Amino acid sequence: MAERSFAKEVEDLKLGKGDLFRGEGILAITKALLQSGVAYVGGYQGSPISHLMDVLADANDILDELGVVFQSSASEATAGAMLSASVMYPLRGAVAWKSTVGTNVASDALSNLSSGGVTGGAMVIVGEDYGEGSSIMQERTHAIAMKSQIWLLDPRPDQSCMVNLIEKGFELSEASNTPVMLQVRVRSCHMTGEFACKDNRRPDFTLKDALNNPKRDLDRIVLPPAAYEHEIEKIKTRMPTAIDFIRDHNLNEFFGPTDADKKGRTGLIVQGGMYNSTIRALQFLGLSDTYGNSKLPIYVMNVSYPTIQSEVDEFCDGLDAVLAIEEGQPEYIEQSISTVLAREKRVIEVHGKDYLPMGGDYTTAVLTEGIGKFLADHEPKQLGNRAPVPDSVPTLTDPAVEKLRNVVPPRPPGLCTGCPERPIFAAMKLVFEEMGDHHVSADIGCHLFSILPPFNIGTTTMGYGLGPASAAAFNVKGAKRSISIMGDGGFWHNGLTSGIGNAVFNKHDGVFVIVDNYYSSATGGQDILSSRAFNKRRKTNNSIVAAVKGIGATWVRQIDRTYDVNRMRDVLMEALTTDEEGPKIIVASSECMLNKQRREKPQVAKAIKGGRRVVKEKFGVDEDVCTGDHACIRLSGCPSLSVKELDDPLRDDPVASIDTTCVACGNCGEVSDAAVLCPSFFRAEVIHHPSGWDKFKDAVSQPIIRYLQHRRERRAVSFEVQGT
Amino acid sequence: MRDNAVKLGLKAFSTDRPISIAIVAMGGQGGGVLTGWIIELAESQGWVAQSTSVPGVAQRTGATIYYVEMMCANGTGQRPVLAQMPTPGDVDVVIASEYMEAGRSILRGIVTPDRTTLIASSHRALSTIEKMAPGEGIADSGAVADAISVVAQQEIVFDMNEMAVRNGSVISSAMFGSLAASGALPFEREVYYDVIRKSGKGVEASIRTFDAAFERTIYGEPEPAAGEAQKIRTFALPERLADERANELLSRIRTELPEPAHEIAYLGLQKVVDFQDVAYGGEYLDLLRDLAERDKAAGGEARGYEFATTAAKYLANAMVYDDVIRVAYLKTRTVRRARVEDEVGLKDGQILNTTEFMHPRMEEVAATLPVGLASWLIARQRLYGWLDRRINKGRRISTYSLRWFVSLYFVGGLKSMRRKSLRHQAEVKHRDAWLSEARDVLMSNYDLAVTVLSFRRLIKGYSDTHVRGLSKFDKVMTTTKSIAARDDAADWAGRLLTSAVKDASGVELEGTIKTIESFS
Repeated sequence: MAERSFAKEVEDLKLGKGDLFRGEGILAITKALLQSGVAYVGGYQGSPISHLMDVLADANDILDELGVVFQSSASEATAGAMLSASVMYPLRGAVAWKSTVGTNVASDALSNLSSGGVTGGAMVIVGEDYGEGSSIMQERTHAIAMKSQIWLLDPRPDQSCMVNLIEKGFELSEASNTPVMLQVRVRSCHMTGEFACKDNRRPDFTLKDALNNPKRDLDRIVLPPAAYEHEIEKIKTRMPTAIDFIRDHNLNEFFGPTDADKKGRTGLIVQGGMYNSTIRALQFLGLSDTYGNSKLPIYVMNVSYPTIQSEVDEFCDGLDAVLAIEEGQPEYIEQSISTVLAREKRVIEVHGKDYLPMGGDYTTAVLTEGIGKFLADHEPKQLGNRAPVPDSVPTLTDPAVEKLRNVVPPRPPGLCTGCPERPIFAAMKLVFEEMGDHHVSADIGCHLFSILPPFNIGTTTMGYGLGPASAAAFNVKGAKRSISIMGDGGFWHNGLTSGIGNAVFNKHDGVFVIVDNYYSSATGGQDILSSRAFNKRRKTNNSIVAAVKGIGATWVRQIDRTYDVNRMRDVLMEALTTDEEGPKIIVASSECMLNKQRREKPQVAKAIKGGRRVVKEKFGVDEDVCTGDHACIRLSGCPSLSVKELDDPLRDDPVASIDTTCVACGNCGEVSDAAVLCPSFFRAEVIHHPSGWDKFKDAVSQPIIRYLQHRRERRAVSFEVQGT
Repeated sequence: MRDNAVKLGLKAFSTDRPISIAIVAMGGQGGGVLTGWIIELAESQGWVAQSTSVPGVAQRTGATIYYVEMMCANGTGQRPVLAQMPTPGDVDVVIASEYMEAGRSILRGIVTPDRTTLIASSHRALSTIEKMAPGEGIADSGAVADAISVVAQQEIVFDMNEMAVRNGSVISSAMFGSLAASGALPFEREVYYDVIRKSGKGVEASIRTFDAAFERTIYGEPEPAAGEAQKIRTFALPERLADERANELLSRIRTELPEPAHEIAYLGLQKVVDFQDVAYGGEYLDLLRDLAERDKAAGGEARGYEFATTAAKYLANAMVYDDVIRVAYLKTRTVRRARVEDEVGLKDGQILNTTEFMHPRMEEVAATLPVGLASWLIARQRLYGWLDRRINKGRRISTYSLRWFVSLYFVGGLKSMRRKSLRHQAEVKHRDAWLSEARDVLMSNYDLAVTVLSFRRLIKGYSDTHVRGLSKFDKVMTTTKSIAARDDAADWAGRLLTSAVKDASGVELEGTIKTIESFS
């Protein structure tokens, strides 16, 4: 079950004609798919698309009602390949993933799909994880859309526009026999907004219809000579059809003065997603109001590939210079506009990345500066008398703020309180203290936080599930063994074959740690094959150990409680030293604490309320035993384990302290035992509604304990002031 | 322009602008809830509002930002185009759920003196980097306060977390209350209540917290209670102690030590006596008297007896070393149980127990034994090894079970053995050597002598950590001795100490040592 429940929000998916939808972008997208009459949906989770997958999972009943099949795809490649259902049949289908990483994984399927072409509308929704908050390499999906010839929709950040483009996108796909991609940026996925709903549509043609009336057409299969025909078809038929459709249906938009009103000499060509920031920048320059009434002509490319030549022509009429605003590099749109205009021998200057930065977020500040410079050079009178633009520089250069720069510590994301992965890395650090450092190939997932303090473990990350594969070269006898790490998510995504299978086959001598926390946790706790929870729509509880043994691994150790740091350390040690040939595989399993808490907290609260015996645990530190050396923190980094200053002039350093968010995972105690740190930690156990036996034990021991305590304290030298 | 506007059927160029609010927070700690409330608030009043966020991986405890824009629509049916991220210099309200995050928002340039109301909780959630240092590594909150006073147009800063916890709610309620009271938004207080009520969860506590924050924002800090008002530290030794044994020691402080050292010496004395006994306290005062006399001879009076005061502090810490007897003693005290009860909020009808995570080694056991017996054992490696295999393992000890409590109580009472133990012998030797180093340089370099005393700060922890501390101490001491003759020796000694305290890996310390070695 996912981290965030959309059970309440999915009710909004049932809204119909005349209703106003109000909510998050990702929900609006889902609603648009249902209004488009999709027959099947699928995809792979990953920010910012995770919530789309969670919404679909929570909307199962609604999907059932509409006859929509929802698949939790094993990987983006699976999701991409699933779109092949639309090749022969008039079935509309949509899949979603995080991009560019997911698009890379799916690119083989996408190439094949777009070569043969589609009959039913096929749409890929990509969450473009670019700029602030991104967790991946900074690249553009645009490149993949171009090379495979997939139409790329990049709607204005406005829910009506997004919904409309999804509906029209399916029509476009069908009209031009080409899959389409809808690109949405992180902020648009999580942006709240509203749009006027339509009724949901049941698919006209269903998967059942297709299965019962199978069709095949050799011309649609990517094999010579059909493959050559596909290329010609792409150029001669599909592209022109698409261009006509896009123009006829006004998918791109023109704002600001048009035709006769267009008296200025400059204009902006804007990628749909950049529209809001552009308007705000124009506002700062005195060229637009908040409602988007712009004094400059703006051509908004809600379809950022292909370029519609006639629209560009029309827009450029009477202009001397245009500025292309597109985020990320290289400048595909600028190049395409230049090409279009150059071929026509039009005398117009095309600018873009010469005024705007090549890479990075196109924030309002960046755009204000770039557009300002562009206008200063090409049409300074537009700038006229304007109010000063917002400027934080005087503030940022104030000495008090300058000083702050060296004070505010970085706060990167890290493992949550009680995370079961923490003890794995604590154990690894202890092993390295004894055996020296080792090469560690990291992977994508929460466990990648090991690369940060306090663990500082991990050298490379090559892609989801590719941790073990990226250690493939390090198969050298007699050297220190390499260690690779992979999560259960990455394992089922591809790591079983790309990493473990590869290591078995090549008799790789390294150590492979599979971090099994029962979910695809980093993406929000979705179920996967080895999840332990019962899921009535999926088959869970498939063992990772059985899978690796099935693929031929022989040295396999299962650790069922990662918090057992001693065991974890011993097994790692054994894996690094054993004489046995082939990969040494450690499956380290404990439930993701975030999910566990979400599951158990209400149960515990209910049990306590119901008067049942419950033991609630929490860790603590004896502040007089702790010496303030913080060795425990250097082996933990748990958010609930912090330090506090004591009001004691005799002590210099703050002591360790555990706050109320502690979930009693046990890591502190286990680590302090395994590393022989100190006896400061304790676990406090509070018995709610104690049983008779509990009460009896307490009644016997407490008086004796109190007697002993008082006896000693009475005899001690007292520094009590006389008279008080 | 006018023609165009008419043609498009629009009103003239509008000068409306949205109100912008940035919420800076740590992932997974309620920033989303507050954002939702603010949106609800605006929409309930017929405004157009839009929020965006970049959760991604930041939701795993990292720094993150939520952004809201809202506008009272102009009635033409045109929807405003709202921005998806804050622009530096153009933010009306910044709400920070933690103090350093408030500092980070200032560094982003979104707090500017011409327009920004900064609502920030002054509490700290320490970052990993701050916590990792082997000593004091906490960032300076004063720098944030200084910057806030320069950059915010209006500042509302207090411990909202504490207020929320006190009222049984979460920080979002307190921040919402401060937002309402700040006057940054043109909505009535009642409207805020409606939003909270509509959320349906912990409504009563949320409103209680909201109200507390609202009042606090309007009326400022409540007047401190009488007596608490002026809490300037003035220290005077008590006149007389009830316990005659303690009183005798007290009068020794009064007569034998210079006044500036009294407070620390008195605290140190209590610590030492609590650790061992009255005689040990006497030993502490003997040593201290000698050091204070030397301090005086070295012109300490003009220095406020800094040497003697520093000695009072670190000598107490040196004499109160962490052995198994002390640990067992501390774990079995009444105050300890009371502290835990308080920490877990124990209520009537509940039963408390604690489990200790101990990992004794033969080393600690041997160190507790009398010198003769310990040396005899250590000489017999096979026997020692055999014993270590029996003893050296992690033990979970149920503190308040009768069996374990009595055992701990017994160990905690072995004080009579302590002064004959191997550990004590080693500690005394180390202590004497350290004090003699300090004494040696006192006449020639007063500051250096004080710094040498404070080197003692490096020795802490148990087992390996303790060993590492000792080795750091040795390195710092040896290096200092090599430059003791230099005029700036005290500065360098201070630098050595700082680098040893800040960096656990020892890299920084090695660097400082290298620099010093390059002098010669």
